[in-house]
Amino acid sequence: MFNNSDSIVNLSNPVYRRRQRANRLMLGLSGATLLFGLFWLFWIILTLVIKGGGALSLSLLTHSTPPPGGTGGLLNAILGSIMMAVVGTLIGTPIGILAGTYLAEYGRRGWLAPATRFLNDVLLSAPSIVIGLFIYAVYVAQVGHYSGWAGAVALAILVIPVVVRATDNMLLLVPNSLREAAAALGCPQWRIITFICYRAAMSGILTGILLAIARISGETAPLLFTALNNQFLSMNMNAPMANLPVVIFQYAASPFEDWNHLAWAGAVLITLLVLGINIAARSLFRK
Amino acid sequence: MKKSQNASLMDVLFKNVTRSFAFLVFILLAAIMVSLIYGSRESIAAYGFSFLWTNDWDPVRNSYGALVPIVGTLLSSFIALLVAVPVSFGIAMFLTELSPTWLRRPLGTAIEMLAAIPSIIYGMWGLFVFVPIFQQYIQPYVIQAFAGVPVLGDIFSGPPFGIGVFTAGLILSIMVIPFITAVMRDVFELVPPMLKESAYGLGGTTWEVVWKVVLPYTKHGVIGGIMLGLGRALGETMAVTFVIGNAFNLPSSIFAPSNSIASALANEFNEAGGMQKSALLELGLILFLITTVVLALSKVLLLRLSRNEGTSR
Repeated sequence: MFNNSDSIVNLSNPVYRRRQRANRLMLGLSGATLLFGLFWLFWIILTLVIKGGGALSLSLLTHSTPPPGGTGGLLNAILGSIMMAVVGTLIGTPIGILAGTYLAEYGRRGWLAPATRFLNDVLLSAPSIVIGLFIYAVYVAQVGHYSGWAGAVALAILVIPVVVRATDNMLLLVPNSLREAAAALGCPQWRIITFICYRAAMSGILTGILLAIARISGETAPLLFTALNNQFLSMNMNAPMANLPVVIFQYAASPFEDWNHLAWAGAVLITLLVLGINIAARSLFRK
Repeated sequence: MKKSQNASLMDVLFKNVTRSFAFLVFILLAAIMVSLIYGSRESIAAYGFSFLWTNDWDPVRNSYGALVPIVGTLLSSFIALLVAVPVSFGIAMFLTELSPTWLRRPLGTAIEMLAAIPSIIYGMWGLFVFVPIFQQYIQPYVIQAFAGVPVLGDIFSGPPFGIGVFTAGLILSIMVIPFITAVMRDVFELVPPMLKESAYGLGGTTWEVVWKVVLPYTKHGVIGGIMLGLGRALGETMAVTFVIGNAFNLPSSIFAPSNSIASALANEFNEAGGMQKSALLELGLILFLITTVVLALSKVLLLRLSRNEGTSR
């Protein structure tokens, strides 16, 4: 039957063979693009393991950043990063959840919700360095000095749109029959939202918060003009504050070899943390 | 009676609290815009619109124009899209049409991890690992291969610095691939199975189904995703700062060092004062306006896809 010119599909038909060849070529290229993407991921991770793995040690956690030529650790930067990320999350999360609640629960009619949804997306995709400029202009320039608070507020502004979007999307997924059942039992709307909708959407909202934390832990640009950096261990949020990303930025480009090693060690720490939170967020959501 | 009054009071209160926070997002965005305009008032007053096309950045003479960073930003993002769009399309096609089901999730997650790596890591890796290899083993041969060829010879010319607009664009492309891929995967999955099955039933190959059925059906969504990636690339700071070269020169070829808006800000803002600070804030304003317009375009296109979803074409 094959090679028979009367059959419907003639396998030796040049047009058919050309189409098959084109198909195989394109499928091969498609696989190649995937390898292209994975190639960079593995190269970057391999680099971190090789360059940063050796630089990891306990003294990273017990000493502060050294003067040029000295030895030391990253204690002040790690603490500063944690403090600003925690404060930023604590400020940004409630704002994000409440705003997202309005969009999903009350915003079915009227202009405010669709407009806010759009502006929230603008905020979400605003370059983080612009957020840094904004906080510099309205806070640092007015107070006259860089500070941990300014850094935390800049991070909070990055948290808000992520949480708004997660809350909005997740609350919209809660079936209306749940709300109607509760309303039929005489439950006021605010209790329906806080006791029923939030619980139903809990894992999705938590995932959003985790992803927001992952995003701000690695952000450098908004901290450059707000928290700046601090050579010494300082818990004072009202003074310039050390943080891992800016320390990495400054030490990576420095001519001192010890500083370069510290930068790679910090890079490994930050990548492990951010990838870890991302994977945790994913597995939480899948449950 | 009292209890139900309390309940309705709480209802009103809760609704207005959430509404005021939604309004806060509104105010926040307006405040960003106003503060940037206010901060750049000196520079706007001094240069007007000519700021946009003046090739001049001289803190010594205190004279500023934004042409170089604008060109550098647009050019590096354009190179990033040239690489990232076909690659993302290939990956999205692999993940939706070719991959065995059990491999989809791990491969998809791995690609998404590219978006999770902080941008400063891309910058460090780019400058200290990728640039030396690129400069030594790839760049000289590319320059040699195209030397003498008209047009292409000019595009790929100049000494092999390693750093430059092309390197920045390539690293940006790796960073935006996961964003474009994610949107493409989502919209490819919106294609009704019946459409694809009909095409297969007519004897179409996988490639023909993707290229002639899936892609035309999702074209608005795909372009929306590309715009979203473009927005990311335009505003990326740290990775570009490490590898673009930070030179206030118009790039003479794509291997030449130049500057982008975000990296000019990262490098100069803290040491700047007076007119320079004002000009840098105006650069920030320009960047914010560009990314907002790009995002608005992508939203409109994605909306058009969801409106047409399911209609016959």
